[in-house]
Amino acid sequence: MRAPLLASILWLFTAASALTNALADAADPQVTIPPGTFESVLPPAPGIKQVDVAPFRMDRTPVTNAQFARFVAKHPEWQRDRVARVFADAEYLGHWKSATSVDPQQADRPVVRVSWFAASAYCEARGARLPTWYEWEYVAAASTIRPDARDDDAWRQKILTWYSKSGRGELPLVGQTPANFYGVRDLHGVVWEWVDDLGSMLVAGDNRQQNEPDALRYCGPGALTMEQKENYATLMRIAMLSSMQARYTSATMGFRCITDSGDSR
Amino acid sequence: MKSIAHALLALLAMTCAHAGPVNAPASIYNLQVSLTDQAGVAHDLDLYRGHPVLITMFYGSCSMTCPLLIDTLRAVDRSVPAQQRKDLRVLMITIDPEHDTPQALQTLAQERRIDTSRWTLANTDEKSVRKLAALLDIQYRPLPNGGYNHSSIVTLLSQDGEILVRSSVLGKADAALIAGLQQTSPILTGNRHPD
Repeated sequence: MRAPLLASILWLFTAASALTNALADAADPQVTIPPGTFESVLPPAPGIKQVDVAPFRMDRTPVTNAQFARFVAKHPEWQRDRVARVFADAEYLGHWKSATSVDPQQADRPVVRVSWFAASAYCEARGARLPTWYEWEYVAAASTIRPDARDDDAWRQKILTWYSKSGRGELPLVGQTPANFYGVRDLHGVVWEWVDDLGSMLVAGDNRQQNEPDALRYCGPGALTMEQKENYATLMRIAMLSSMQARYTSATMGFRCITDSGDSR
Repeated sequence: MKSIAHALLALLAMTCAHAGPVNAPASIYNLQVSLTDQAGVAHDLDLYRGHPVLITMFYGSCSMTCPLLIDTLRAVDRSVPAQQRKDLRVLMITIDPEHDTPQALQTLAQERRIDTSRWTLANTDEKSVRKLAALLDIQYRPLPNGGYNHSSIVTLLSQDGEILVRSSVLGKADAALIAGLQQTSPILTGNRHPD
């Protein structure tokens, strides 16, 4: 007798919390990420593991085709038939109906086939910027209940499963994955995302350097080594990012923006 | 009367729209960047438009590769014929604008006896550093205890700012750069030069 009642209460509770989420998302497209310290898979320097992250505000979801279309309408120099080739390759926004319009069906899916230059310009026009790798990795370490769930085997497995499914068929609508600890969605399982310091991933074994094993190319202690090898999903992302040049575009590479928090200490 | 005025206005508008130089689609001069040179003078990225340019990024307090980078640029500069050398320009942009102020760049230029009539050391803002590095395919990374880790790449630009040759050879003049410079010879493109 009591089971149906309990189920209804539970259902109400879930529905209410989903509604609250949706309302919160609509009210503020960004969430505040508190400052913190964490161990990155890319240590800042040999012997140094801890990375300090200052507070910032991050978009809850990746930028959509509709949002990017509004940007290029205002900034024609970023339309696919006008963009300077140094800033974007020939595939730039190639999936759009025209230089300025997107299929309604595509509107709320993450924008892809955007170069790093175009993504940076979009964020700048909003008074924002792309997150750095460390900022992105810091937020992406969170599960739905913990700020750093990277030692949680089940969570890691779930992410890997997402990645094994991605790249097939249409991209999902943004905002469909559960919000993480901070309230950010879609960091995993939707698209790859550009980072601001793309050129800082001096990863050993980078394909672009394999033919030039000249240690003198680097002023300083040389290439980085990656740690936490069990963190495949993150390492895949780094491999993907370090294979991209800033003018390249890809059918699975999107982005989101962040703004620096006013209350930096 | 009115239509003449309109025509004049239209003509004026057209002239204004074409006031600046038109960039080739592959020219890095499409990037809007404000540079400040060692004398504190502001420039656009195309300050050497009309000349072949060797462009690179560095940071002044670097004691390892960066002195070698200047030596390398000098080696290239010296291995071209005098007539061509007169036309060649060198642009070094710092990745460390916080420390490499115009004064610091001036000091470096004096210490290294750099000929600032054909060479420019410049700084810009942090955002522009990222974009320039991306255009030149230069990787760099700030180190926690100060300084940077960066790749040393010298790029040869055409008179219009198009990338002709990228070189990571250090310590001597890269034959690929010399060969690229031959192609930009003033004999072939002489009449396009303002001076």
